[in-house]
Amino acid sequence: MRPRSSHIRELSLPMSVAAQIATYAFLIFFLILAAAPFYWTLVSSFRSMGEIFSRPTFLPSRFTLENYVSLSGKTLFWRWTFNSFFVAIGYTLLGLFFCSLGGFGFAKYTFPFRDILFWILLGSMMIPYHVTIVPLFSVFSKLGLVNTYWSLIVPGSANAFGIFFMRQYISGIPTDLMDAARIDGCSDFVIYHRIILPIIKPGIGALAIFLFLGSWNNFLSPLIFMRTSEMFTLPVGLAALFGQWKVEYGQIMAGSVFTVLPVVVVFLSLQRQFIEGLTVGSLKG
Amino acid sequence: MVKDPGKNKRLLWREVRRNKVAYLFISPFYIMFLLFMVLPVVYSFYLSLTDVQGIGMVKWVGLRNYINLFQDERFLQAIKNTSLFAVVQIPIMLTLAVILALILNSKRVFLRNLFRSVYFLPVVMSLAVAALAFSMILNKDIGLLNLVLSRMGFSPRDWLNDPDLALWSIVGLVTWRWTGYNMVIILAGLQNIPQELLEAAQIDGAGPWQRLRHITLPLIWPVVFFCLILSMIGAYQLFEEPMILTKGGPMDRTLTIVLYLYQTGFQKFQFGYASAIAYSLVIILLVVSGLQMKLSGGLKD
Repeated sequence: MRPRSSHIRELSLPMSVAAQIATYAFLIFFLILAAAPFYWTLVSSFRSMGEIFSRPTFLPSRFTLENYVSLSGKTLFWRWTFNSFFVAIGYTLLGLFFCSLGGFGFAKYTFPFRDILFWILLGSMMIPYHVTIVPLFSVFSKLGLVNTYWSLIVPGSANAFGIFFMRQYISGIPTDLMDAARIDGCSDFVIYHRIILPIIKPGIGALAIFLFLGSWNNFLSPLIFMRTSEMFTLPVGLAALFGQWKVEYGQIMAGSVFTVLPVVVVFLSLQRQFIEGLTVGSLKG
Repeated sequence: MVKDPGKNKRLLWREVRRNKVAYLFISPFYIMFLLFMVLPVVYSFYLSLTDVQGIGMVKWVGLRNYINLFQDERFLQAIKNTSLFAVVQIPIMLTLAVILALILNSKRVFLRNLFRSVYFLPVVMSLAVAALAFSMILNKDIGLLNLVLSRMGFSPRDWLNDPDLALWSIVGLVTWRWTGYNMVIILAGLQNIPQELLEAAQIDGAGPWQRLRHITLPLIWPVVFFCLILSMIGAYQLFEEPMILTKGGPMDRTLTIVLYLYQTGFQKFQFGYASAIAYSLVIILLVVSGLQMKLSGGLKD
């Protein structure tokens, strides 16, 4: 974003009152559309099972926690929550390490084949993940990795988008800092650890959100690699409840609230990093 | 200049050795790239030439899987659905995203940050959870949409089981989830337009619509085009939404290429045939993005 001096007049369409009202009506209409599914999920999670299957109303006739109780007692919800957290945290930590290290390598070293290697990295972003799932599954099942946390934590953690993003970030750091440290006898890894990492903290935050959310919301990989219900993550577990003969909407909506709420809270408190994180690789392109 | 090729090689080798730390730093990506991408992609091609089922015997069938694919009505239906989806959904979503971005780019809009945040919010909802929420909202008997429609005097429809409506439900869900995301990217593009350009045009007597048409829109076209490519790639990989919302039904009207790939590979365990579907998807993606690049290049000339 470029800085703008205050004397420059706002250059947008001059609007009549009618046009302004129409604009806000338009904005508010889409605001309601964007928010409605969140509202309906939240409200449905507090309805009794009987009420969900009767004629719908905008507000529940009485609030009840029975869906949360049955979700907690009758399903593997807590196990799924643990799995989701464990996998997402493991993936994020590993990813942060690999991406910042790789970004540092590309940004601050000149070495033979660097450009070719970087083009391979960029090109790998074009390969659709879905093409690899069938062979990946048969390779993983031969190695005994199916139905383990490894199958969700390791692949993709050295993320091409993430390395690209980190490289852009680290390129902006002056090289003199590194040179000074090197004269003082610091090794490359110490420079990475003591100088680079502290400076790129905001970028690390954005990348952490990108990685965590990618794993937390992932559906296809856990659906394929996790074969027993104790190993499901939250989205797959909830979808499995949906697939049952009698759909437990109440439980599903209560679980959805639990899946979405932490993310929304973090989003509302860290919006700038969040938007940066979710558009990693696109804004810099 | 260097006459001795051996010396050249030695120099190169010395440079490589001198930078071994850098290679070490970038190596995790390349190790994983080989293990989890190159290897599977090559293995996948091999699988696509066999009729391996699950962990059973491997039988070489040559190009038979590919020949069968082109006579497979479900596969053709999946291509048709996916393409129809892309052609309908992407223009709706990107037009809406551009309009919202143009409005929110004005500093005079009251509460613009609130609008921006709420429009962006759907992206943070897990796809699977969003699909589950929509399955309830669009349900014929207990859904929110029919509740609103009936209050407004319209008759309720069966959004998920009516063959003519089901694909529209998917369009609705995807548009709901991704419009705000594209809007944020376009908004960033709008903020990079130099103000002086717009001012100069105003001084030269260009009205607001002229400025929009001749300056703003041409300048954000590369960003919109970027969104278009991303959306196109996303559309051809559509999976979670139809998988949860409609299971590909009714009458295969929402069967997509990746959903068919999933059903073939992980419900019928026909790995060979599924790999052939995967390769066809890559070829389709290459053709589609190639065409787009060419088209946009042609437009510029």
